[in-house]
Amino acid sequence: MTCDEAEILLHALIDGELDAGHARAVEEHIAGCPRCAAQLAAYREMSKATASANLRYTAPPALRRRIEASLPQARVPNRRAVLRGFAMGSAVSAIAASGLFAIVVRNDDEARIESEVVSAHLRSLQAGHLTDVISTDQHTVKPWFNGKLDVAPPVVDLTAQGFTLIGGRLDYVDARPIGAIVYRRRAHVINLFVAQTASTERHAAKLDTIQGFNIRRWSERGLNYWAVSDLAADELAEFGDKFETAMRTGTVG
Amino acid sequence: MPGRWIPAGRAPAISTNAGQSAMPVNAANDDPERARRFRDAALPHLDDVYTLARYLLRDAADAEDAVQECYLRALKHFDSYRGPAMKPWLFAILRNVCRAEYARRASSPTAPIEDVPEDAAQTPLWHDAPETPEAQMLHRWDASTIRRLVEALAEPFRETFVLREIHELSYREIADVVGAPVGTVMSRLARARAMLRSAWMAEE
Repeated sequence: MTCDEAEILLHALIDGELDAGHARAVEEHIAGCPRCAAQLAAYREMSKATASANLRYTAPPALRRRIEASLPQARVPNRRAVLRGFAMGSAVSAIAASGLFAIVVRNDDEARIESEVVSAHLRSLQAGHLTDVISTDQHTVKPWFNGKLDVAPPVVDLTAQGFTLIGGRLDYVDARPIGAIVYRRRAHVINLFVAQTASTERHAAKLDTIQGFNIRRWSERGLNYWAVSDLAADELAEFGDKFETAMRTGTVG
Repeated sequence: MPGRWIPAGRAPAISTNAGQSAMPVNAANDDPERARRFRDAALPHLDDVYTLARYLLRDAADAEDAVQECYLRALKHFDSYRGPAMKPWLFAILRNVCRAEYARRASSPTAPIEDVPEDAAQTPLWHDAPETPEAQMLHRWDASTIRRLVEALAEPFRETFVLREIHELSYREIADVVGAPVGTVMSRLARARAMLRSAWMAEE
């Protein structure tokens, strides 16, 4: 590798964007080239300095209000809509008698809960809503849930795998309290929602996208899991795989 | 003043497929349920979008106008939105809004993005860096100094730098937002950091 190549690739190395082969090649070059090694050290320092400074801006409240005001507002349902609801009701009762209803409802329920999970994820992103207990230590996060839920959500430390545990939160989905374990990957938040289920069979992971958020859903040992994030689908799948692997090998807090 | 924005001349990097909406746009915009979903999905990113606008336009009032226009366009195209993640999608729309603003600013000292050649400076600036330890020096700069130095970067480098260092997008996501190959993102980022480092040391 030439110095010219290394000068570009060392940035990708700092940013964790190189595959193992390229990372090794850059590191080998740097080991034998004091000038590039000095570059790498200097850019690492600079990245640290920019990361620790607050370079973000906060949108002025007036702008937020202006955008809110430009959106159509929810209206009180008029009489016609209410009547239409009644007509729908009797049609639904007719279908209920046929047993088809149960299936329709189950699918509907799944979709509705997924959409509620996404809403809970969005709520959590608002300032100060993300965590009730802030800790990168799984042995602090797990006991915090004691007595708050009828189930002990497993808390797995995946920091070594690139997913930092940042805490836990009590949330509400489907009108019931639910545990949320919060992880971070770069600037992306992952909410892992855990709820008890009557069924103990294992359901393999399923990936869905709602409103641009990826959801990875799976069930194991009587627990339902929903991992929600704006991470790319493959990275969220990686998170789920790492989590399930950690569960199986028993590194659970 | 939303009326002053000229539509962007180029297709957005991330397609918004406006023409393919099943519903006429105005009818769809009146749907409160749809507006609620849009609000839940898009408004949590307001600070991020505003931050990017501030760095792209370097003016608070212009940034506010651009962000408002960005949200109007996003709502209009929300039906055809199928991902990627919401934030990069909003960034791509904002970027188009800002490009239209560049086109409007005839007197701008900054050239539009495509007029800046990738190899604008043939001499790599970082070769001239002194050997002194910089670590202690870098920590001394406060946020406002760093902001000023970042804002002084030429457009494509500033944009890439901000998307990476402030919004922490991956190279792939940056490539999607700016509509350039990942290799271009990498070289822009390397140049951006080299220029920032030189400016940093010049301050000293």
